[in-house]
Amino acid sequence: MNVEGVNLRPKGASTKVMAAGTAVKPMTVETADEVAAQEFARIVESHRPQIFRFLLASLRDVDLAETLTQECFLKAHRNWNRFRGDSSAMTWLMRIAINLQKDYWRNRRMQFWRQTRTNAVDLDEASEWLPNSERNVEQQLLAREQVAQVWKAVESLSERQRTVFLLRYVEERELSEIAAATGLSEGTVKAHLSRAVSRVRGELRGTR
Amino acid sequence: MSGRENITNEIEDPVLEQALKHFKASVDAWSEVAYRRPRTAVKVARHGWRLAASWALGGVLAVCAVAGVAFERQHRQELARIAAMKAAAQKAQQQAAEQTKLAVEKEPVRVEQMPKTKVGGEQNAGSEDEDLLATVDTDVSRQVPAAMEPLAQLMDENGAPDSGTQ
Repeated sequence: MNVEGVNLRPKGASTKVMAAGTAVKPMTVETADEVAAQEFARIVESHRPQIFRFLLASLRDVDLAETLTQECFLKAHRNWNRFRGDSSAMTWLMRIAINLQKDYWRNRRMQFWRQTRTNAVDLDEASEWLPNSERNVEQQLLAREQVAQVWKAVESLSERQRTVFLLRYVEERELSEIAAATGLSEGTVKAHLSRAVSRVRGELRGTR
Repeated sequence: MSGRENITNEIEDPVLEQALKHFKASVDAWSEVAYRRPRTAVKVARHGWRLAASWALGGVLAVCAVAGVAFERQHRQELARIAAMKAAAQKAQQQAAEQTKLAVEKEPVRVEQMPKTKVGGEQNAGSEDEDLLATVDTDVSRQVPAAMEPLAQLMDENGAPDSGTQ
């Protein structure tokens, strides 16, 4: 298994590495554990920013996104020996993150009577973030306005549509990966994506 | 073909494509800044004396609550005991009054019966006495010596009972 530059081997195959014509000493349990820990450390290092970005875009809360990112990798670490490598590590991690996010929203709905303090930023503040480029002021204002409109449309989407939309247009995942991460079929993913895009288009045209 | 190229191909609207590009750039910039911000770990200071004081206060409150409940229970038991004693005394008084009343109601019957028995007894005793006296008189009279005979006759003449003369 090769995930974005990270060479991952299934657990069963990690005890012996057979090269052409050379016999390699069998790995001890301690060595295998060390290798697994190193692999997981590489996974965390390479995928953590993406998981954090997805959760930040979903929740618009920096602290909460950090907390859920930590929780995501904690869960992944606990279940690392159960990861069979059927999908990429990124897809597996994204699936954990989506489930954590779902749990969070469900808990929020169940505890509607509790006045929980939230650090979620509003749409205007979220729209302020733009990379410094060589664009002129007018272009920057136009870009900011467009970003604000997309945020507004994203906020009005259902939880599932929002997840699919962000995975596609922020994380730039393939439809098959989105389907694997969300547990939906590709057809359903396409349908959700289509509705989300039409909502964004309507917002940009001012005719929702 | 990368994901970005796919997205470009599937979106035919240039305005939408540009807006989505800006949106991604915005999220990327925000995420990068938020991800790289310095994280400060705040240690929550726990004061031992505060913990001890809160435990002591909690203990005192618990003891007070238990003592209050016990006192209230004992007080109620005492009140119940006094009430039971009062009720028993009242019942005893009522019973005594009823007995007295019954005794008063029964007493006239005895009074009516008693005279009859007493009268009968007295009458019997009187007749017995008279008989006894008559016998004594007869005996005495028989034992009077001859020399006293004149005196006996005198007594008869003065109205003395005639039994003594026989």
